[in-house]
Amino acid sequence: MSLNAILAQTMLGLSQGVFYAMLSLGLAIIFGLLNVINFAHGALYMLGAFVALIGYSYLGPWLGQPDWHMGFWTALVVSPLLVGGLGMLIERFLLRRLYDFDHIYGLLLTFGIALILQGLFANYFNISGTPYPGQPESLSGIVNLGFMYFPKYRLFAILFSIVVCFATWFVIERTSLGAVLRAGVENPKLVEAFGINVPRMVTLTFGFGVALAALAGVLAAPIYSVSPLMGADLIITVFAVVVIGGMGSILGAIVTGLMLGLVQGLTQAVYPPAANTVIFFIMVVVLLIRPAGLFGKVV
Amino acid sequence: MSIMNRVFWVVLIVAGLIAPHFVYPVFAMKLLCFALFACAFNLLLGYAGLLSFGHAAFFGGAAYITGHAVKVWGLSPLPGILVGTLFAMVLGAIFGSLAIRRQGIYFAMITLALAQIIFFLALKLPFTGGENGLQGVPRGTLLGVVDLSDPIAMYYMVFAIFLIGFLIIYRTVHSPFGQILTAIRENEPRARSLGYDVERFKLIAFTLSAALAGTAGATKALVFQFASLTDVHWQMSGEVVLMTLLGGMGTLFGPVAGAVTIVTLQNELASFGSWVQVAIGSIFVVCVLLFRRGFVGELARRLGAKSA
Repeated sequence: MSLNAILAQTMLGLSQGVFYAMLSLGLAIIFGLLNVINFAHGALYMLGAFVALIGYSYLGPWLGQPDWHMGFWTALVVSPLLVGGLGMLIERFLLRRLYDFDHIYGLLLTFGIALILQGLFANYFNISGTPYPGQPESLSGIVNLGFMYFPKYRLFAILFSIVVCFATWFVIERTSLGAVLRAGVENPKLVEAFGINVPRMVTLTFGFGVALAALAGVLAAPIYSVSPLMGADLIITVFAVVVIGGMGSILGAIVTGLMLGLVQGLTQAVYPPAANTVIFFIMVVVLLIRPAGLFGKVV
Repeated sequence: MSIMNRVFWVVLIVAGLIAPHFVYPVFAMKLLCFALFACAFNLLLGYAGLLSFGHAAFFGGAAYITGHAVKVWGLSPLPGILVGTLFAMVLGAIFGSLAIRRQGIYFAMITLALAQIIFFLALKLPFTGGENGLQGVPRGTLLGVVDLSDPIAMYYMVFAIFLIGFLIIYRTVHSPFGQILTAIRENEPRARSLGYDVERFKLIAFTLSAALAGTAGATKALVFQFASLTDVHWQMSGEVVLMTLLGGMGTLFGPVAGAVTIVTLQNELASFGSWVQVAIGSIFVVCVLLFRRGFVGELARRLGAKSA
């Protein structure tokens, strides 16, 4: 295989990897503070994509303005806000009741929510997917990267996601806001004694993690068509990513996500039938060699 | 044995014996297969405290293997089911030995991810029929004597298999082994400090649970005469969790009640398309928030409270 082909597969892998990174980052943030694995993460990613699709293709006609569309850039802001808001409602009114019980109940609750969301959308939208027509004009076409021609939009999605991921990392690891957050993970009682409203902080954090999923959903909409099941299969792969990386570190979640996207892209080039399962097999190897995960703390 | 459990035993056996004369036999067999599946799952979740989110791999995997063994290799029904069960057992031992390396939520995620490998295999391997599933599995004749294409004969064979599986679970739970599992569930470090090899007990429980889930799936493949992707899909893994939770995890009869409820509900709502999924999801949410003990657990608590 030529170097150019390898570089080309690297780019394709990266454009998948950024979605793994964004989703596992959201899961890791939520898990860090709440000790809950959000099974609805995939469904909320799907919801994020649907907000963009509905805003562009359906909302105008419903309001009697057939020519009005909610553009991509607007969706990039509106969708995370809406879905993040829904996430906060879920945390405040449902998840919060379960903190005193075994953590598996949080997993089961969010699994139920995922089924509800998927079922609702599967009733009204095509399972095999609806294309999102709102990709902005400025991002259409292809760019010459020297070793390949690459869709401009995909390049944008990669760069944008990486910026979002590292901005999140910066806020959590390098600012005073993040310090409060990390302190809340270590010792919520003490942080509360300093006058910080920890339950509200938990709600906002959950909302933020979910908003990241919705943002990923909007970014994915022009690349993959929007379907009620788009999050379901993705989330299982992301779970494997999380097991491989370990949820101990924010940076670990981002790096593992990007890396596994690359591995998947390269597998697609070398041996296509294994592309769907390679991440699961890597998980097996990691469990055998380093059970706590690459970035996990050994307990 | 408590009075409540005796009543349940009688109800179970009587209902099981007369069921095919009151409900459609294939539906009754479906109930039994899922009830066994849920009981096998409960052995792991309810008694060992391990939440597997990948049990569809054993249920569906065994369905494919048995379907293939009976259809292509020409095995008769019982050896066919045995082959499926053995497959699930070996798979369970492999998955189990990987998953017990992590605990709690990670355990659930690992089993889910491992089961996804089996799903992709069922989709891609040549013998599985891909999207169409493995169709046209013959029911054959039991021991060369009883023609199982007769639904009533088939029903009583399935009922017998269910009872054997149920008795194995009953014996396991009420053995010193079962007591140790419960001890691990309640306080793992303590069980370890008492000198028990916790990993080995977890692995045996996982393997046994997987094998019995496989028996249920293998039997289902013969009942419906096909194995499909639905059987190995993650949603199946979720449904068996719900059956166990709704009926009452850690109770002997709870999973049977849960399975009967969910399968009946799916049957009644079958014409509403994806609303079934919404209904299942809603029951999940309500159950987790308000009803964590499940039907039988709640009943036992109330009766216990009265007598005490």
